Amino acid sequence: MTKRLHRFKGGVDLDYHKAESAGVPIRSAPLPPRLIVPLRQNARSVAHGIVTAGEHVLKGQRIGEAEGVLGTAVHAPTSGTVIEVTEHPMAHPSGLDTHCVVIEPDGDERWVALEPLDHRSIDRQSALNRLREAGVVGLGGAAFPSHVKLGSGTGVDTVVINGAECEPWITCDDRLMRERADQILAGAAILSDLIGAKRVLVGIEDNKPEAIAAMRAAAAAQAAPIEIVAIPTVYPAGGEKQLIRVLTGIEIPHGRLGTDFGVQCFNVGTAAAVHRAFALGEPLVSRIVTLAGNVERPGNYEVLIGTPVASLLELAEPRADTDRYILGGPMMGFALPDLSVPVIKGTNCVLSASPTLFPRSKPPLPCIRCGECARACPAELQPFELYWFAHSRNFGKAQEYHLFDCIECGCCSYVCPSHIPLVDYYRYAKSEIWARERETRAADGARERFEFRNFRQEREKAEKAAKLAAKAAETKAKLAQTETAPAPAPTEAAPQSEDDAKRALIAAALERAKQQKAAAKPKNTEDLSAATLAEIAEIEARRKALGLSEGDAGDVRPALPTLPGPTTAATPPAPPGGDPEPLAREDRP
Amino acid sequence: MLTALLIMAAIALVLGAALGFASIRFKVVGDPLVEKIDAILPQTQCGQCGYPGCKPYAQAIANGEADINQCPPGGEEGIRKLADLLGREFKPLSEEFGVEKPKAVARIDEQTCIGCTLCIQACPVDAIVGAAKQMHTVVEPLCTGCELCVAPCPVDCITMEPVAETVETWKWKYPVIEIRKRA
Ligand code: SF4
Ligand code: SF4
Ligand code: SF4
Ligand code: SF4
Repeated sequence: MTKRLHRFKGGVDLDYHKAESAGVPIRSAPLPPRLIVPLRQNARSVAHGIVTAGEHVLKGQRIGEAEGVLGTAVHAPTSGTVIEVTEHPMAHPSGLDTHCVVIEPDGDERWVALEPLDHRSIDRQSALNRLREAGVVGLGGAAFPSHVKLGSGTGVDTVVINGAECEPWITCDDRLMRERADQILAGAAILSDLIGAKRVLVGIEDNKPEAIAAMRAAAAAQAAPIEIVAIPTVYPAGGEKQLIRVLTGIEIPHGRLGTDFGVQCFNVGTAAAVHRAFALGEPLVSRIVTLAGNVERPGNYEVLIGTPVASLLELAEPRADTDRYILGGPMMGFALPDLSVPVIKGTNCVLSASPTLFPRSKPPLPCIRCGECARACPAELQPFELYWFAHSRNFGKAQEYHLFDCIECGCCSYVCPSHIPLVDYYRYAKSEIWARERETRAADGARERFEFRNFRQEREKAEKAAKLAAKAAETKAKLAQTETAPAPAPTEAAPQSEDDAKRALIAAALERAKQQKAAAKPKNTEDLSAATLAEIAEIEARRKALGLSEGDAGDVRPALPTLPGPTTAATPPAPPGGDPEPLAREDRP
Repeated sequence: MLTALLIMAAIALVLGAALGFASIRFKVVGDPLVEKIDAILPQTQCGQCGYPGCKPYAQAIANGEADINQCPPGGEEGIRKLADLLGREFKPLSEEFGVEKPKAVARIDEQTCIGCTLCIQACPVDAIVGAAKQMHTVVEPLCTGCELCVAPCPVDCITMEPVAETVETWKWKYPVIEIRKRA
């Protein structure tokens, strides 16, 4: 192979520590007593759980439906019984809880009926859908859904398969390439078909000669045009943009993607998973995890998704002076907040760290502007400037200096003579910027709804006013018709303004009430028995004796005669239990 | 002499006409400063600033009637941004208008709710759904946490619950090493 290789700027040379775990073949991790399968497989999307406690599931049975653009399905990693669907910490630097399905394995490992499928027999969209349903995501660490990657962009002519595995200690891809090269190449061929590429390039760092040999042997047996390229070992050669640069010479500028230049990149593990999803019909329920660092028995294990890290660590036997565990590599990984967290699809390595093997960083000193970090940065940024802006919370400026091009590789922190935890500042700044964007979006939504609500209230007010006006006009017309009626009040003052109309209405109502009252007679004064009549006469006599006449019976309210308006003054004495005011009020429209 | 005067007068006329035309043609609709201030305010519409919503407060700031430190939901961060925008000095939030609280959302106890619709009428951002004599509920993602619905409820079934952090909203903290260094 005489391929002319390119170089990316920056990068560092590290102690790779690959030999410790690379020597032993991949073993299957034993079934743990409980599997905790998070329905959320990355920070961006959550699957919709479709099983309940008590249900029996088979290996590979779907337990979470894919939701949203970035969603992928989640499957039961083994056969067993669902114990509960609960909140459990996730393998994430926050250590926060997320929805998990807890499964107790029955030990049978019984698969659901698997349906192998030839991707050439179906159209592209159904093939992508199969990957989504099989839960295939990038196994390099970011767990980005593969169907989305395949669906983005047209005119991709090169598929790059990433076998660089540049982080120290991690050897899961190395072992995979040595042992399952044919699966990787078959998967690579499918990926290349689905995206319509003409060539496949596999980049492998030259510190993995066995993997390169195995892959070359497998490639020689294949008809498809697959090229295995050994690349120089420089951290981070496995970064997507860096690998593309090395293999093709294409420099991807700020804000662009590989697909804009006809290149798409997949991890070797992802390629193998794609092959299994089609050729065997198997959903993604396990992955290879490297156990290394300060342990007695380092190695690679085929681990079911959902296996708690604690039960995995038992296999490697961490030494006594282990003080923390790192998920991922020493450069880009994070310290695990909790050992009960389960392995997820993006988990490539669990490192045991001891103070001697991974010394804690020394207290940082002020930046001396030596520029070492800028020389080491593979993204060609100016880390000290970014640090300065993130440090002073000047996020706008940090973005201007392309903070989001930083791949958090850690080269800058590694070389910094002042031991400044530069990457921590970038992560902080990035998540602050994201949070702000979320807030702005929420505020914009709130403003929109507030304005719409105000508009709606105005409109409702206007509508109500219009309705009232219409009604008033109607009654006015009616009144005009009944002007000849014996109602004296309305004829006196012909309604001119709206107020007059109202007054006329009230007057008419009062008039109606008066007439009703006049028509009403006490109903209990007819057909009275002699005894009752005698009683009434007696009471009347008593009242007379007290000096009360019938006319002002009970009239202790002096307000009545002085009530405003000409109509009320003429009201005859009210029968017991009623006075004209409330009646009129009831009649008012 | 006369020609000079005439020429100058002609130039003045032409330029004046051009300016007049430009001022009509390129008229700025709305007050851009108010919009800019409004964009910084949190849009909680809670009225704690003493104005009936964020926009009126923005207007008041632009007119120089209100100070920049009257919005508790916006907090220090908001004041800082306003100070930056207006080229003024930062000043802490005025206690008179309230204190900065962690973000919370309203929750209606659905067992107790009598369906009076009072909270719906109080909510400035239409974050509550329900109908007369029906159970009401808060659409959490839309709730700004303004607390305006809490007081009107006749059966006191609305509580403000702090928003829990999720994996999606979790933020990397400012590197703690700084504190150690200064200590
Ligand atoms: S390497 Fe460290 S000290 Fe040197 S410029 Fe970068 S941040 Fe500053
Ligand atoms: S962590 Fe970011 S800034 Fe630092 S070297 Fe890597 S890409 Fe450059
Ligand atoms: S206090 Fe702040 S959030 Fe509340 S209405 Fe005033 S400006 Fe808006
Ligand atoms: S639900 Fe209550 S707290 Fe939330 S926005 Fe509406 S009124 Fe404010």
